[in-house]
Amino acid sequence: MITVESVSKNFNNLPAVDDISFVAHEKEILVLLGTSGCGKTTTLKMINRLIDSDSGNILIDGKNIKKQKVEELRMGIGYVMQNSGLFPHYTVAENIAVVPRLQKWDSKKIESRIEELIHKLHLSDEVLKRFPHELSGGQQQRVGIARALIANTPILLMDEPFGALDNITRSDIHSEFKTLNELKNKTIILVTHDVSEAFELGHRICLMNKGKIIQTGTPKEMIYHPENDFVKNFFANNRLALEYKITKVEDLQLENILEKDFDKHENIWNVLQNLNANLEDVELYNTITTAFNEYRKKQLA
Amino acid sequence: MQQSLWQFLVEQQHKIFIQVIQHLGLTFIALLFAIAIGLPLGILISRKKNLATPILTVAGILQTIPSIALLGFMIPVFGIGPEPAIVALLIYALLPIIRNTYTGISGVNDNIIEAAKSLGMTKNQLLFKVELPLAMPVIVAGIRTAAVINVGVATLASFVAAGGLGEFIFGGISLNNSNMILAGAIPAALLAVIVDQIIAFIQRLQYRTIRKILMIIPVIFLMIGGIYFWTKNSGTDLRAGFTPEFMGRKDGDIGLKKIYQLNLNPSVVNDALMYKALYEGKLDIISGYSTDGRIKAYDLIVLNDDKKIFPPYFAAPVIKEKTLQKYPDLEKTLDLLTGKISDSVMTELNYKTDYLHQVPEKVAKEFLVKNNLYKTPNKAESETIRIGSKIFGEQYILAEMYRMLIEGNTHYKVETKTGLGGTKICFDALMNDSIDFYPEYTGTGLLVLLTPDNLTIDKVTKSADLTYQFVQNEFKKKYGIRWLKPIGFNNAYALVMRRKQADQLKIRSITDLKNYTEKK
Repeated sequence: MITVESVSKNFNNLPAVDDISFVAHEKEILVLLGTSGCGKTTTLKMINRLIDSDSGNILIDGKNIKKQKVEELRMGIGYVMQNSGLFPHYTVAENIAVVPRLQKWDSKKIESRIEELIHKLHLSDEVLKRFPHELSGGQQQRVGIARALIANTPILLMDEPFGALDNITRSDIHSEFKTLNELKNKTIILVTHDVSEAFELGHRICLMNKGKIIQTGTPKEMIYHPENDFVKNFFANNRLALEYKITKVEDLQLENILEKDFDKHENIWNVLQNLNANLEDVELYNTITTAFNEYRKKQLA
Repeated sequence: MQQSLWQFLVEQQHKIFIQVIQHLGLTFIALLFAIAIGLPLGILISRKKNLATPILTVAGILQTIPSIALLGFMIPVFGIGPEPAIVALLIYALLPIIRNTYTGISGVNDNIIEAAKSLGMTKNQLLFKVELPLAMPVIVAGIRTAAVINVGVATLASFVAAGGLGEFIFGGISLNNSNMILAGAIPAALLAVIVDQIIAFIQRLQYRTIRKILMIIPVIFLMIGGIYFWTKNSGTDLRAGFTPEFMGRKDGDIGLKKIYQLNLNPSVVNDALMYKALYEGKLDIISGYSTDGRIKAYDLIVLNDDKKIFPPYFAAPVIKEKTLQKYPDLEKTLDLLTGKISDSVMTELNYKTDYLHQVPEKVAKEFLVKNNLYKTPNKAESETIRIGSKIFGEQYILAEMYRMLIEGNTHYKVETKTGLGGTKICFDALMNDSIDFYPEYTGTGLLVLLTPDNLTIDKVTKSADLTYQFVQNEFKKKYGIRWLKPIGFNNAYALVMRRKQADQLKIRSITDLKNYTEKK
């Protein structure tokens, strides 16, 4: 559990982060969402002390991060950055193995762990001997994630991890990301400016603006219970798609009809996409849209 | 008959080989030290950026100190030999190494640094695993620059008896021997190119290959350095330092060996530095000049040349016939100085410039005023007379005197071109009309410029008059150049020792010296 208490940071006397507090629970994915310059990256970097806060406290499992050696703190936190941050003079294998080498793991153990990770991240063996500049952007990002995962840290910080990728690669990685069981047991804080990514991956979202947190909540709470006009307006553009995405099969209570064909955790957007693709199930399509509209009415009431 | 360059190279190959080894040895030892100092300094200032400007400024200023001056500062501290040369080379190599280390480390992408930190690297791990490897090509480029600078500057090592290819280069310039100059200059240039290309090759290697050979490089440097010290054999307990010119002259070291059978195993030193080295006790015998002011200043003594191997060196202006015709007033003006300056007067005048550090202009004026020769300058209205001088005090004083005489007695404009490096440079300047006249010495004219056969030399060096007559006639025939009347003093070569030591060892003449070395 990560607890952030009244933390502030100024750059050149201008507040970048202004008295913010939030909690990231065990095993949840918390998304820091906002436009550029809102202070989300600064907030993230204060957690592994790439930036030191001016005031306030950050606790990990109740322990103040400033009361331990900074290198030890960072060893316990996986970190993925936007431009992969791979070392250009190391091969892919050496890049992934940085932390185990620093921790003096046995080299057999390192090798088998690398093997395990690259398969989970859909990388091929022959990539290991190459240098970062010889890889595609998507491959680089996967290597960056492998490097952050190798030591099995309970916490993972991700700074716009998919920001530099094209749309198709990104949505591929998104779906892999959700199914990757390496991530299931981790507390993850993910920074993004991409609203649909936030809704796709986040269990909860912290919406930030001008160094302050405007609202923290689940995607549903953000859409159906916005605390003010800023929140409402922030999602106005994508609202319809977002609503379909946050509604699950189980929410519509159409068990009899739907559950034999669909996973109850699947979202309505994907269900309709599939039905739309084969035009035969027009009736089912209509049934679902009707049910969705009923459900929506209830939420907005 | 003129010897061809090839003949010279073949004849001197052993010497050239030794000089090349010495040259490389000095370069690489200095480079090793410069890396050992410059690399940590570069890392330091990349960490503490506020130190960057002061440290780079100091290194930059050190770089601009003229090499001969730097060597001069070194002698009291490090003496004569490889030490001052290595320290001087090290100082010149520092700036590129510090600056490139600093630039290289500062240029590492911030993203990479942040990634390294986020993985839990300590400052040292960050430095050795990330910053230095990534900065390596830039750092190697700095070392490459430093190495090439060092190969060039190492020619100056011969000024302080540290050997190297400078012995041939500066010896050749003094002796008017183009083959000798080339025998030093061509290998020096080749060395610079080869060293540059070898390091360029290392620069292009992958980082991981460099990492493998990283340990071998200092070993190679040390080996080359080791060979250097192996080539420097130690001589007798009396340490002799001769100028490159003296080393190669019949009336110099060659004469000492032939006529006196005296072999002192001398080192080669620069004439501007050797008196100081003698005074400081770093040398015991030098090849000086009999009228040098420092003989008085440092309480030195000139050994009696009892077998007369040093021919007379009477000073007189040398000037082309056609120049004398062009400026009819010139000859009688220059003759005003004839017979006016004796040996002791010249030593005194030199003492004032060399030791009391008075400017040559003041010394010259005082002398002219005292002898009623000084006149207020006339308004100059016609063509310019250009006076040359070699690069030592006495010549500066003479050039100033001639300037004042011409300005006071004629209407010619005067321009002085002082500090021309050596006999060859001065004489070439006279021949191609870059200067109109300069004071030359009869002995130099005979032995360096005319180089007649040994028989003639033996005959004409019997007396000062014979020498003068001979050069007078030969120069007229060969070059159309006139020797005007001698100024009076004889600035001959001389072996010089500290008076105290000479008294102790009871050495008064060169034969005494020879007997002393044989007793040992």
